Parts: sequence; structure tokens; C-alpha cells
Amino acid sequence: MTDLHSPETQTLRFRRRVLFAGALVLLAFTVLLSRFVWLQVVMHDYYRTRAEDNRIALLPVTPHRGLIIDRNGEVLARNYSAYTLEIQPSRVAGLEHTIDELSQLITIEGRDRKRFRKLMEESRNFDSLPIRTRLTDEEVARFIAQRYRFPGVEVRARLFRQYPDTELASHVLGYMGRINRRDAEHIEESGYADNYRGTDHIGKSGLEQFYEQELHGVTGFEQVEVTAAGRAVRVLARTPPQQGNNLRLTLDVGLQRVVEEAFGDRRGALVAIEPSTGGVLALVSKPTYDPNLFVDGIDSTNWDALNTSIDRPLLNRAISSAYPPGSTFKPFMALGALTAGKRTAGQTIADPGFFDFGGHRFRDDKKGGHGSVDMHKSIVVSCDTYYYRLASDWGIDGIANFMSQLGFGARSGIDINGESAGILPSPEWKKKRFKRPDQQKWYAGETVSVGIGQGYNSYTLLQLAQATATVANNGVMFRPHLVKYVVNSRTGAERMVEPEPIRTVDLKPEHLEIIRSAMVEVNKSGTGARAFAGAPYEAAGKTGTAQLFSLKGAEYKSAHVNERLRDHALFIAYAPSDKPTIALAVLVENGGFGAQAAAPIARQVFDYYLLGNKPAGPAPEDGDATDVE
Amino acid sequence: MQLTSNRWARLRELTGRVLSMLDVPLLLIAGVLLALATLVMASATADFDYRFDAHLVNLVVAFAVMLLVAQIPPLRLMQLALPFYVLGVALLIGVELFGEVSKGAQRWLNIGFTRIQPSEMLKISVPLMLAWYFHRHESQLRVRDFLVAGVILAIPVVLIFHQPDLGTAVLVLAAGMFVIFFAGLSWKLIIPVLAAGLIAAGTLAIKGDALCADGVAWPGLKDYQRQRVCTLLDPTLDPRGSGFHIIQSSIAIGSGGVLGKGWKEGTQTHLEFVPERHTDFIFAVMAEEFGLLGCTVLLVLYSALIGRGLMIAAGAPLLFSRLLAGAISLSYFTYAFVNMGMVTGVLPVVGVPLPFVSYGGTALVTLCTGLGLLMSIQAHRRRRRER
Repeated sequence: MTDLHSPETQTLRFRRRVLFAGALVLLAFTVLLSRFVWLQVVMHDYYRTRAEDNRIALLPVTPHRGLIIDRNGEVLARNYSAYTLEIQPSRVAGLEHTIDELSQLITIEGRDRKRFRKLMEESRNFDSLPIRTRLTDEEVARFIAQRYRFPGVEVRARLFRQYPDTELASHVLGYMGRINRRDAEHIEESGYADNYRGTDHIGKSGLEQFYEQELHGVTGFEQVEVTAAGRAVRVLARTPPQQGNNLRLTLDVGLQRVVEEAFGDRRGALVAIEPSTGGVLALVSKPTYDPNLFVDGIDSTNWDALNTSIDRPLLNRAISSAYPPGSTFKPFMALGALTAGKRTAGQTIADPGFFDFGGHRFRDDKKGGHGSVDMHKSIVVSCDTYYYRLASDWGIDGIANFMSQLGFGARSGIDINGESAGILPSPEWKKKRFKRPDQQKWYAGETVSVGIGQGYNSYTLLQLAQATATVANNGVMFRPHLVKYVVNSRTGAERMVEPEPIRTVDLKPEHLEIIRSAMVEVNKSGTGARAFAGAPYEAAGKTGTAQLFSLKGAEYKSAHVNERLRDHALFIAYAPSDKPTIALAVLVENGGFGAQAAAPIARQVFDYYLLGNKPAGPAPEDGDATDVE
Repeated sequence: MQLTSNRWARLRELTGRVLSMLDVPLLLIAGVLLALATLVMASATADFDYRFDAHLVNLVVAFAVMLLVAQIPPLRLMQLALPFYVLGVALLIGVELFGEVSKGAQRWLNIGFTRIQPSEMLKISVPLMLAWYFHRHESQLRVRDFLVAGVILAIPVVLIFHQPDLGTAVLVLAAGMFVIFFAGLSWKLIIPVLAAGLIAAGTLAIKGDALCADGVAWPGLKDYQRQRVCTLLDPTLDPRGSGFHIIQSSIAIGSGGVLGKGWKEGTQTHLEFVPERHTDFIFAVMAEEFGLLGCTVLLVLYSALIGRGLMIAAGAPLLFSRLLAGAISLSYFTYAFVNMGMVTGVLPVVGVPLPFVSYGGTALVTLCTGLGLLMSIQAHRRRRRER
């Protein structure tokens, strides 16, 4: 035994084994080599012939993309088939010359050339790219007769996406675009490469992007016999493609249309939610754009116009922009104060028209103040002083804790991408946000302006609508979603996107009732009274104004301020107030006071959704609306 | 001025020391292999230039890793063996529990800023661990030690196999088996296992039709894995799926002939008949364009690489270094044999890349880590003698 373990024998044995392994390697490689010789020498002639007439090509058959349908069955996105003239640039010698020649047969305009050039920059080298889409039958016939002159150029029937309502709901639907290199890499990494052979468009934003995997479908395959030049002559076998799934939305397109028309030419956003499910009834961002422009590759002129416009039509203002909530924050502040036991409804303050804190005077909108103010009145007349003091008494940590439960400052998880988290100010947030120690410190004075929805406060309209819906739904909060169910287009089977309760905020019914009755009063005798005059239903609401431009001490005269620096008008509301079926938040950029620009839009929304009344035109601006918020 | 020249001298000394760890024969062989690979890659990625650029970046990164690993002396490597192994297995369990599913397999672990594939790391840390284990028990190796080694090996292999990632499981299993073999596992055990394997392969070849009939389940294998073996026996069974791959790659290779069709002239590969042509099936591109000549050159290069590695193993003073060097060298063989065997239709289709040639940064880094380990073992043997 000892002999066996001596270092010498061990080394010797190891070397023997190394030799054995080496011999095995050589043996295995010899087997491989003989296989190579078999394939490349003995069978060479056979395989050469097979390669020469390797006529069996496996061609992908692109599936039809699923449809997008609103809650009442109106189709928002569909497909159509059209002939396109395609060039494979890698197979064409003189590209410009070829296009010139082609243009003698088929109309090719300057913008077609521009678009083609842009496509070339973005695409893979071997791609076949459209120079013209929607050829007429006559154009197809003319080209086919001359085809022999144009190697690398072909006419193909392709499916295109179409949005029949053009600009309507474009931020919800999103748009399709050609698969670029980044998309291609992503597809490969995700393991979908096989299913995307033959697909050259992909959802780039909105629902088209978020539900890409549902909508795309399963690619089929055709085994075809091809000629030496690669043209298919006969189909040998076929695995049919499976059409993509349809999306049935919670969105009510009729309502969406009412809202978009109510905005007219004004910029802004509106989110309306069904409080009992979290289903989004309308999600509007104005201005919109026409997603059809992107379908066969957007040309540079249109692209530049969309990108450089000062109105930023591609920006989804409802979920990607965060705004200060202004006075619409006050009902939530009041509710929190009741819940946290910081105030009772009956407690009153004497409002002199300002609140002094740390040597700084925080002013109320109304000179001289509102007199004696309790909680109900503080919401109805939108008393700033009440909330300055409340915020200061309550403290920033308590405020941040309560507001985060209502969803402020966190992404809601809605089923489209690009959501902003907004800013829920707190000492922790400030520490993370700023680098320099002196900037990181939270000052008690900053808490005061948080109380009236100004300061660092910044939320998306979606968050504001979600919080309103949560209050309307007695504290049960749902994840907002746009898709109600996914429909298997082959079997018709419906897969529900279940309403997902995120949490139940612990709110007392008597506290909710205090807030509700105050918000109802806003629309009866307060800032929303003019907009809601004569409404046959009872709506709870609160106006707000988000300051963009602070005039220290000076009086605000909207006429004197540049239009783009004017305040944003805000309004939150739900109705009917006793059994809410709709809750919304609306903002009109640079609209001035909430009562003036935003509340009339909410009125039209409720009139349509609850009564079925279609408004005649854009919502009126109430020029005489009270400027007290 | 004095200071600068001093610094300069120190820098030169440092560079000299770093470079002295490199093994010139290994470096030359790997260099020629990688040059050939880059040539083939330029053809295979002809319609994806960004891949080619990424390949060049991968080369630089992998070379740096090799240089770095070569600096670590074997004694230090022994200290790292256990922690690396434990970390690797922990990550595998993490994948099992929280991993991301991609291409029907759960292989990736999201660690916040990037995704990692822990199974790749086990290709190195399993032989490292086993070599360290045998080294510790060098003085009295018993049957029990081989049993323990078997368990050490089985844990990660089963976890990887379960992801499922057959290719990596095979590579890790082989690397571990090589260590156990070199540690002196009795022939009485090796011969029956080899025989059983041969009989199994033989049975398949003869009775394949019955075993591949619909509805026959093979214990321990997923249906797609069974299908791959069956497809190998009769590619026409599945002309659209993996059978199509084998038929097409055979046509590509066979039509290449003795001298090949010439660089970037391969019609089969460029007309997209051959799938995965820059990754697992890149050998088909090479065989079509460079013919039998190119294939032979490749085989000679691999033989030289493995031979040099085995020489380093034979000359290493420590049991640990010997086992590690032997296992790494033979790992290269596993890669090459399994990949070329698969592409030429001798072995079933499993996801194993052609070493140093296939596209893929992670695989290249692992392979170059192996080179670095071999170089470290060789350099430190030399050093000890000099003293």
C-alpha cells in the first residue's frame, strides 16, 4: 500500500494516464477527421449537387397581428395587406441609379427616398427595404413586366398596421416601427429569434410595445422549392401561422374622443379610472400624433416635426410628466390629518391671510384671509393658511408616509411603459436626490409649501387619478390597467386581466364622508360651482393651480405673463358622489386657474359617461371663474 | 527627471514580470486559433457587423483576463477553490429559485445591474474544487474520497442539467470526471462505465427506431433532448427542426470539398440555410469556405493546444496543479469534439460552442481563464526550479 502512494509511483501513474488521455484525444480526432473526409471527399459530389440545387428553403409565414379593441367593441388597431416595392440594397450595385430607373415606372417621391435612406441607416445589411408602399395594381403590373432589369428589387404583399382613428388615443396605443438593431439584439437575447424570422415590425411604444408578445402571434413556416435565383416556385409543406391575440381594453373610446375634443388645441392630460376595478376609461395626452406615420417608416420631415415641436406631441403627459398638484392636494392632506389624528373636522383656525414661519411669510391667495376656517370650509374655499399650518404641525415624515399609501411618488404599474415615479418629497428623498450635504438637509420651511401641493411635490396625472379613485373607492386601491382581457383569436377564449388590488388604505368611513361632502360642496358653491351648474348628478371635485412662475409678493396677472409660463390648471373629481363609477384627474397646461380651464372638461366627461350627452365642441373656458383657490 | 526614469524602470520591470508568466507555445497556438476564428467570424457575421465589433471587444477582454489569471500562483488558487465552488453552487440554487427564463430554460440570474449565467463559472470552479480536494487528501486517497468527489461533482451538474442546459452540464461533468480520472480512479470502475456507454450507443444505433417511436419516454431526459438524439439517428424524422440543421450543415460541409469555396464565398451558410452560423454552427461556415484543409488545420491546432496543456500537467510539481492542468486541457477536447461531432452529425445537437471560435464573450472569457490557469501552473513550476 505504501508503495502505491509514494510520490514516484504517483507521478508515474499520472504520466501514464496523461499518455492514455492523449491517445484517446488523437483517436477521437481521427474519428472526426474520417467523418470530414467522408463528407468532404467521398460524398463531396453528392453534397455539391445538393448544395447547387438546395432548392428547399424554409420560409417564415408572418402571423397576423392581434387587434386592439375598446371596451365597447370598436377596433382601434387593425391590419391591412398591401403591395410594396422592396429593394435589397446589398444586392444592388448602383442604388441611386436603380431608384432613378424605377421612378420612371413607378412614382417615387422625394419623401420616399428620404424615408428609404433613414431605413437603410437603421436596418440590418441583408434586409429587404420598402421604397414604396401601397402600390396600385397597375403599378405592380408595370413593374412585373420589367422585373428582369432590376435584380434585387421585388414586389411583395405585406401586412401593415393601421389605426383607423388616426390621432385618437395614440399615447395609449403607441406605434409600430421597423425592427432596428437594438430590437434585434433584444429579440435574440430573449430567445424569440425563431418567432421573429419574417417579422420586420415591432411595437415601439404604448400597448403595441407592452403587449408585443401577445399581439405578435406564432410564425408559421413554408417549405418551398426555390429557383437558383432564390425565387419561390412551389410550396411543399406548410405549418400555418397562429394569429396574435386580440386586446380588449378597459378604455372607452367614445369617452376618449370626447376628452380629446374637449381639449381642443390646448395642451394637457386627463386620466379617468373606474374606481371599483382600476380599469382606465380614458387616458389622454394632448397634443397627440398620428401613429400611422410610423408604420412604414417615418420620413425625416415628419420625424423632425414631431421631435422638435415645442408642444412635444410624442411625450405622454398623462404618465411620463410629473406636475405639482397644487390645491388638488388639499383633500388628501385633510384626509391624512383626520386619519393620523392631527385634526378633527370641527377644529377651526383664524385665517389672517398669511402664515408666518421661520421669518418667512407664506401668503394665502385671498388678501385678508378667509376668517374662521374649519376643515370643510378649508376645502370648499381652498384656504392655503389652513394647510400651511397643518403641514407644519403634522411634519414631513407623517405626510410622506400617508401620501405614499395613496400611491403618490411611486409608479402605479400601469400596462404601458414610460411611467414617471414623480416626487414625493421627504428628508430621505432629498438625501438621495442631492449630492452636496448643505442641499441634502430638509428645512422645516419646506414642509409648509408641501401642504398646499407646491414645493417639491410633483406627481403624474395617473397618480393623481389613482389617488382620487382610491378615495372614491373607500381606500381600496387597484393597479390601473388598460387591457381588460386578452382574447385568443383562434379559440375566442378570453383571459381576464384581473383587477389587482394593490392595498387597502386604512381609512375611516366618517373621515371619508367629511372629505366627500366638502368636495361635493366645491362643485355646488365653491370653485367648481360654475362648471357644474345644473348637473343632474352629484360630483365631488377639487380645483387646483400649479404654479410655474413665482412672483414674490407681487400680484399675479395672467395677462401679463408669457403664455408658456402661465400656471397649469388642475381638477380632480369623481361621480356620482355616493356610488362613484368614474374618477378622474385633468390638467390643462398653462390653462391658468383650475376652475377656468380644467373643471369644464371634467363636466363634459361626466355628462358623456353618466348621461350619454355628446358635447358640441371644445369645453368652454370660464373666463369669469373665481381666481380664489 | 530622475524620478521619471526611476518610475519608467519600475514599470518596465513590472511589465516584464507580468509577461514572464505567459507560456509562449500556448500563446502562439491560441493566437493562431483566434486569428483563424476572427477570419471565419468576419464571414459568418457579414450581415451583422455590430457582432463582429463585439467579437473584437470580447477578444481584448478575454486576453486581459488570461493575463490576470496567469499571475495568480497555484497556492493562492487552492485557497480560492472552496469559496468559488460554494459561491457557484449558491448562485445555481439562486437561479433555480429566482432565475430568469430565456429560450425555455432558466439560466440567468439578475443581480441588479446585469444578468449573469452562473453555470459558466462552474466550468472552472468544479475542476478547481476537485483538484483541491484530492490534493488535500493526497497522502491517503481512499475509495471514500472518490465517493465524496462524486457528490461534489454531482450537485452542480444536476442543478445545471435541471435548468435545462444539457451542453453546459456535459462540459462540467466531463471536466470533473477528468480530475477524478487523473486522481487515479481504479480501472476496474472506468472500464465497465466506458463499456456501458458503448453498449448504450450501440443499442441506440441498432434499435433506434423502436426507442424513438412516439410516446416513448426516456427516464431523466426531457422530450426535446430525446428528440435530438433521435434526430441524429434519422435526420429526416424532423426536417423542419433540428434535423433540418443537421441536413443543412452536412450539405454546407460536404459541398466545401478539399479546398473549400473560399473566404466569404460559402453559399449555403450565407443563404441562411445554416442556422446559428456565428455561434454553435460556425464550424459549418469554416468547413464550407476552407474545406478539408481548414478542418484539418483546426484539428491540428486543437491537438497542439491539448498536447501542450497535457505536457504542462505532466511536468507540474503539485498534485493540485497536475489535476487542474490535465482537466482543463481535456475540457478543450470536450468542447471541440462535442461541437464538431454535433455539426457533422456524429453527436446529438447540444449547445456547446466551438472553443475559441464561436461568437460569445462569456465562453471566450471562460476558455481564456483556463489558458491563464495553465500558464500560471507552468510559470510557477519554472520559477521554483530557478530558485
